[in-house]
Amino acid sequence: MDARLSQMIKDAALTALVAAALGVFIVGFRTIDVGKGGPTFDYQFVDLAVAVVTIFFGRLGLQLASVGLKWPAFALGTILGAIGAAPIELPSTFLHWFVLLAGILIILRTIWPWANEAMASARHSPRGVIYGAHAAKWFGAGLLVAAVALPFAPFADQKMMDLAVLILTYVMLGWGLNIVVGLAGLLDLGYVAFYAVGAYSYALLSTQHGLGFWSVLPLSGMMAAAFGLLLGFPVLRLRGDYLAIVTLGFGEIIRLVLLNWVDLSNGPAGIGSIPGPTLFGAVFAETAPAGKTTFAEMAGIPFSGSQRLIYLYYIILLLALVTNLFTHRIRRLPVGRAWEALREDETACKALGINPTNTKLTAFAVGAMFAGFAGSFFAAKQRFISPESFTFIESAIILAIVVMGGMGSQIGVVLAAVLLIGLPEWFRDLGAYRMVVFGLAMVLIMVFRPRGLIAHREPSVRLHPVRAGP
Amino acid sequence: MPLIEVEHLTMRFGGLVAVDDVSFTARPREITAIIGPNGAGKTTVFNCITGFYKPTAGRLTLRGDREYLLERMLDHEVGQKARVARTFQNIRLFPGMTVLENLLVAQHNKLMRASGMSIYGLLGLKSYRAAEAAAIDKARAWLERIRLAADADRPAGELPYGAQRRLEIARAMCTDPRLLCLDEPAAGLNPRESAELNDLLVSIRDADGVGVLLIEHDMSVVMKISNHVVVLDYGRKIAEGAPEAVRNDPSVIRAYLGTEDGADA
Repeated sequence: MDARLSQMIKDAALTALVAAALGVFIVGFRTIDVGKGGPTFDYQFVDLAVAVVTIFFGRLGLQLASVGLKWPAFALGTILGAIGAAPIELPSTFLHWFVLLAGILIILRTIWPWANEAMASARHSPRGVIYGAHAAKWFGAGLLVAAVALPFAPFADQKMMDLAVLILTYVMLGWGLNIVVGLAGLLDLGYVAFYAVGAYSYALLSTQHGLGFWSVLPLSGMMAAAFGLLLGFPVLRLRGDYLAIVTLGFGEIIRLVLLNWVDLSNGPAGIGSIPGPTLFGAVFAETAPAGKTTFAEMAGIPFSGSQRLIYLYYIILLLALVTNLFTHRIRRLPVGRAWEALREDETACKALGINPTNTKLTAFAVGAMFAGFAGSFFAAKQRFISPESFTFIESAIILAIVVMGGMGSQIGVVLAAVLLIGLPEWFRDLGAYRMVVFGLAMVLIMVFRPRGLIAHREPSVRLHPVRAGP
Repeated sequence: MPLIEVEHLTMRFGGLVAVDDVSFTARPREITAIIGPNGAGKTTVFNCITGFYKPTAGRLTLRGDREYLLERMLDHEVGQKARVARTFQNIRLFPGMTVLENLLVAQHNKLMRASGMSIYGLLGLKSYRAAEAAAIDKARAWLERIRLAADADRPAGELPYGAQRRLEIARAMCTDPRLLCLDEPAAGLNPRESAELNDLLVSIRDADGVGVLLIEHDMSVVMKISNHVVVLDYGRKIAEGAPEAVRNDPSVIRAYLGTEDGADA
């Protein structure tokens, strides 16, 4: 017992030493430009010391938990968490967060095996299956009600609504990409290209031909789907890594064309003054342009800047729900099952007489169509678009949402979008450290849920329906 | 009249001649076994028949509602139009999908027509729902026949090995095939499972009236249930005939056991 403890302390001390060595240059010094005489150093050794001590105890706590010493680990986690939450004097708020997170982490790690075991046994009992099916249904319904009611909540200020619109846009994109990646198993790294096609379709058709949002919406979906087919044809024979690289290239090609075809897209300067969406012809502005009425006039209520935002919120909520319902339905149709079968084994599909070409192309086209819808919404919301908005990092984020959510899981995409888009925005107060928190969250998900937040696959059809009751 | 006619089938991979001028026929409502030592070219013949390989030379004619020249068809068309179904030596189920879903995927083309390019299906029209219910009924009937009805909602990859073999045959049968090609269906089965497989294959021949082409190593299976046996060795056909006749054919015995002085023929 003693040998094990000393081993653990040694290990924790080593970890702390590494942290100190790394941290001394990152956290320990900060150069300050004082004008003449070159930069001087600002020493932050207290920060460093607190961090290193936290890391020492944190590592010790994880070690204790991993050898099954639940209670000491639990106690250590609680103490760390309490210190983090306590109103004591620490050099920065970030350190409070850091210590608190360390405590929470240890507690989570301690209860993890126990929780996991309980969940696994629940999942395998017949009652657990019923309970699980109901829980998923109720959770989804609760989420929907909350989403519909959100604009009327007292805490829903402008910042909150902006963030909600952003998250919902990514939820929709995630659900769209889920068709291609999660169901059909085609790794698409250039999904943002279809988003761009949708956005530019609306931007050009509205600014140059005076078409409204609702009439362009289906057109931009069709345009994006056409581009989906265009990409689909050359990549039919490719799989896995090769497919990923070609789709990545396709995404870049679209962006570069938009950047350089100045006559069409106005190049890097982008397209501005794109009209926003209208509600039965009414515009959302303080004063209406000639021949139009404002929404405030039509509804007979005083104008407020938040009306436009709430309207945008409901549009994207509607679009996202359409995407969800469509996916939900098509999974149960032969084409949806063929997508999944193609993901599982293409050779077996051919042996069953399934045409892999058509099946893949429909997946690309349908996935692209939803990106096109989302793109034209994006253009209408931003009122200004440029190729800057459609870089590879966007594709990467959307893919990360799908993978982290759990491939093919609809609720998982929502959770991952909230986490990946919401978290960095929420922790904006932490300044430069927010990306650290973001990275930490990603690492935690990969460690604890390597197959995504929700890895469970619900069968598209059951022979023996799950019934409530004994 | 034969169900499938294989004429002068030759398949070369570079300098290697895997199948060399093989001709044979298989008749409807019969089990035709293809046997031979390892590397004799049995699976290559199968891959040519099912469209996975394009033969170097030869003609493959399947007689259904009309004549299909299999060597000219794309791989999935052989299943879709000529309705030749197959199983694989190493089982190829859709492991993440449930047992029932595996059987529904097999009915893809029929359901796809009923779903009207997915549009009727998306709208939930009655005609599509009826077609889906019929497909599920058919799947259920097959699951009862292979004794997997209780496992219908489990992922296919979780099933024990023998059950996966049966499921793969049921999946192939759900495509309504004219010709069913089975690549070593008894491999890895214990004697009891192997006997069950015999019964299943006989019932597919007699009750469903489907022609079966069978690659098999297990002689107890071959001798008991096949009507006709084709023997391959080094890519050539060395014998053909009724099981009894083939068993006593000296060239077959030589291919399997070698000649007395140890040199192969």
